[in-house]
Amino acid sequence: MKYLCLLYGNQEKSSKLSKAEFAALVEQCKVHDEELRRTGAVVSVESLEWDVTTVRARGGKPTVIDGPFVETRDVVGSFLVIEARDLNDAIRIASLHPAANMGEDLGWGIEIRPIADGCHQ
Amino acid sequence: MDDDGKDRVRAQVDNVYRVESRRVLATLIRLLGGFDLAEEALHEAFAAALEQWPREGIPDNPRAWLVVAGRFRGIDALRRRRRLEVAVAGMGESNAPSWPPPKASDFQDVADDSLRLLFTCCRPDLPPDAQIALTLREVCGLTTEEIARAYLTRAPTIAQRIVRAKQRIREDCIPYEVPSLAELPPRRAAALRVIYLVFNEGYSASSGTDRLRESLCDEAIRLARLMADLLPDPETDGLLALLLLQDARRAARTSTSGDIVLLAQQDRSLWDKQLIAEGVALVERSLKSGRYGPYTLQAAIAALHAESPDEASTDWRQIVALYDLLNRIEPSPVARLARAIAVAGRDGPATGLPLVEAILSSGELGDYLPAHSARGELCRRLGRRDEALVSFRRALSLAHQEPERRFLARRIAELED
Repeated sequence: MKYLCLLYGNQEKSSKLSKAEFAALVEQCKVHDEELRRTGAVVSVESLEWDVTTVRARGGKPTVIDGPFVETRDVVGSFLVIEARDLNDAIRIASLHPAANMGEDLGWGIEIRPIADGCHQ
Repeated sequence: MDDDGKDRVRAQVDNVYRVESRRVLATLIRLLGGFDLAEEALHEAFAAALEQWPREGIPDNPRAWLVVAGRFRGIDALRRRRRLEVAVAGMGESNAPSWPPPKASDFQDVADDSLRLLFTCCRPDLPPDAQIALTLREVCGLTTEEIARAYLTRAPTIAQRIVRAKQRIREDCIPYEVPSLAELPPRRAAALRVIYLVFNEGYSASSGTDRLRESLCDEAIRLARLMADLLPDPETDGLLALLLLQDARRAARTSTSGDIVLLAQQDRSLWDKQLIAEGVALVERSLKSGRYGPYTLQAAIAALHAESPDEASTDWRQIVALYDLLNRIEPSPVARLARAIAVAGRDGPATGLPLVEAILSSGELGDYLPAHSARGELCRRLGRRDEALVSFRRALSLAHQEPERRFLARRIAELED
């Protein structure tokens, strides 16, 4: 079964990191990322730029909004799609991600959403 | 190997997974000392099998091959994680706990490992919900989502229960051992209780799809057989007998339209004679030992029903006597209700009804559907229509599942005509 993992972080706090702090963070993340990659469970992984644009219907017509759908301090910074046997297996895999092991003061966290599969009704 | 050959091997690997994966997992948990590490190692072992078996052929002992492959990869992962911890913490020494070195007895009987894992999951210090969820996932191989559907809860709720239970076990000093003789009775009691609850969930109308319900019953029976084989004991035999005797009635319990068929109305020719024979033999053996308990007594009652060719021939006298005994050794309002219903069978509804009403008016079982349903039934048989309707309506208000609702609604409609 596939699960979408949304990686959250506090944008404001992240932007306050010095270059050195940021570099150290990246190095630490690499070790966790490697463990995650080795599982072979990652179907896709992407980092997101901070720019957000929203489109929604207003009066039956698409309207563009400069900004997120919901204003929050915590924003999705990247996502993974993983293949796992079940939710607990997805948790096991997601727990290998840097965001599950560090970054507490940067508001890091992972949301796991099962990807709907027609035959599992 | 050509494509057809590869597909054949792949199908064989899938089959090996279906048959052996739980037992391989149980052994890997013992060897590697952790649930998650073992699960990861299992996954990698099967991936290796898919890669190597097409080239080398299926090994003579697939289970042993998988254990070796899994252990190798698991130890490799542990070493890597240690280095990771050192790298992340920037420390010279790792704080990771060391695990026991590999033993010569790596290929200890795998059945022992399944029992070891069962006892690991069925620890009395874990909440019963957690014991059940953990057992179903780790020992029976159900997915988190299947367990959630079976118990009508959400997957994240079950997931959290399982994660917390595993954390509790990790904190224990000797987490994955079969308990010592001194600790055995309470652990065995916990395991029997979990097996009983799993079967009950599959047997009752409150769980999810038919397929899941049946697999819960099958898993419970499989675990009970495992316990009976490896840790012989009269009460274990009693539980196995109870499950077999109840399972024997499976085909007769629902009509073709999915409606409930009460015991009194079931077509007894659909009952599984082989399971009944096995169950009866186990009950007799357990009773003879003199060291029987509540499960054996419940099984003895089920045996009396199973051996009766029809409802009218049921030996209610003996059944009441067994309920008397059951209420002496393990008194409970539910057991008293069951006895009251048996008294109605022996002496007629006019005698049984006051007993049922006494239980209800004491305030116990106020929200217990079968109590109201029983009162409704007895009132109905006595022609006390209005009282029957009150009880059946109350029962309907407590019903959670469609087959139950339909049954009660039908009773109400019949009385309202």
